[in-house]
Amino acid sequence: MASEQEILEGLADIVNEETGIDQGDVQADKSFTDDLDIDSLSMMTIVVNAEEKFGVRIPDDEVKNLKTVGDAVAFIQKSQA
Amino acid sequence: MSSERRVVITGLGATTPLGGSFEQTWEGILAGRSGMRTMDFDWVEEFDMPAKFAALIHTSPEEVLSKVECRRMDPSTQYAMVASKDAWADAGSPEVDPLRFGVAIGTGMGGLHTLLGQWDTLREKGVRRVFPLAVPMLMPNSPSGTVSLNFGARAGAHTTVSACASGAESMGTAYEMIRQGRADIVIAGGTEAAIHPICFAGFCQMQALSTRNDDPQGASRPYDKGRDGFVMGEGAGVMVLESEEHARARGARIYAEFAGIGMSSDAHHITAPEPEGAGASRAMLEAVERAGLTPADIVHVNAHATSTPVGDIAEANAIRRAFRDAADGMAVSGTKSMTGHLLGAAGALEGVFTAKSIADRVAPATINIEDFDEAITLDVVRGSHRELPAGDIAALNNSFGFGGHNVALVIKSI
Repeated sequence: MASEQEILEGLADIVNEETGIDQGDVQADKSFTDDLDIDSLSMMTIVVNAEEKFGVRIPDDEVKNLKTVGDAVAFIQKSQA
Repeated sequence: MSSERRVVITGLGATTPLGGSFEQTWEGILAGRSGMRTMDFDWVEEFDMPAKFAALIHTSPEEVLSKVECRRMDPSTQYAMVASKDAWADAGSPEVDPLRFGVAIGTGMGGLHTLLGQWDTLREKGVRRVFPLAVPMLMPNSPSGTVSLNFGARAGAHTTVSACASGAESMGTAYEMIRQGRADIVIAGGTEAAIHPICFAGFCQMQALSTRNDDPQGASRPYDKGRDGFVMGEGAGVMVLESEEHARARGARIYAEFAGIGMSSDAHHITAPEPEGAGASRAMLEAVERAGLTPADIVHVNAHATSTPVGDIAEANAIRRAFRDAADGMAVSGTKSMTGHLLGAAGALEGVFTAKSIADRVAPATINIEDFDEAITLDVVRGSHRELPAGDIAALNNSFGFGGHNVALVIKSI
């Protein structure tokens, strides 16, 4: 079980790897599309990498509900519980 | 034809087995260096490849592109981007009208590493691990599309595919775009990243590659009696073509005029050249004629000369057939002796060399000729490079591709 902070940091690493965005800019209140300018193709890669890293399954239907980084962190934490 | 616009060359770029830029590559060419080396990939031993060396890229694209860019581009697109940036900077990185700015970049094989790498991923890890950008990375128009996207070129982005004539044909496409008034400035070239075991094995099975494993640097030896096949290379060559008017208006440095192109197809055999060289000679003559020149004006030929026993003779016969006695006045260079065979990038890279040869009046050497094949009745530049005459001069660049594609370019002093 990872803490909220650990998930956020892990997610920030994945986002950085995929898009080059600084880890520090990947904050809970940031929108993936509006603030971080991440397109749907990059989002797919981020989701799959997050699944692998955190040992969870994020269904495709769920991805559209993950609007902010915080949404994703919460979903991952809930799935791990 | 005289009413049509003149096309000039204002930027040269490359990333090759000899260097990560055109400048570094040209330094290697003038020094007579070979870009071949023994491959240390696991698959060479795993499959016991008959040939164990290649002309691998000299400088990783990661020196120029970001890690994220590299992740999203097949190596063939990475090379095209590196060479395009090099050529564009060389042209002075001009501010241009996006609607008058085009791209034409060819490739022989496309995104082979992505296609086959992602196929492995699918089989080993399943559909969810396949990269969402797999398709746009593997498609052969990815290099031209990516370059147009990154440079903001909106007059059209084209991809010619004609095996080892792809790069030359794309330069011809760019030339026509400008002549027809569709664009004022075009990034044109060819790229290839096909040193993958399946492609390598295919060429091995075709007996097309040199197996001089104990001497990789001596393996590419066009016109030498001991030649036994070509050496696979990778990389990209790019030039910036412009209407003369556009180039003059911005005060650009002009290397040479891109004066003509000739094309034909053999309809003879899918891989073997037509032995009499009828198709190839037609392409050469057409290029010279369209340039408004005569064979006597051509002082240098950058030959296709891949170092295969049959191909080098067929091309030499075609040159002789096209130009007869005038061929005696042409200094012939086989630069694949140094760069290896860059397949879909070869014609573009050699077009770039030809432009520089005209601008600097120097014909590169053909290295590794120890026992000249007397069946070749041409004036081949051996040993070291040779100065070209003063005054108005022009040069020819030949490229031929599997499928029977023949492309000849004429580049002329300005």
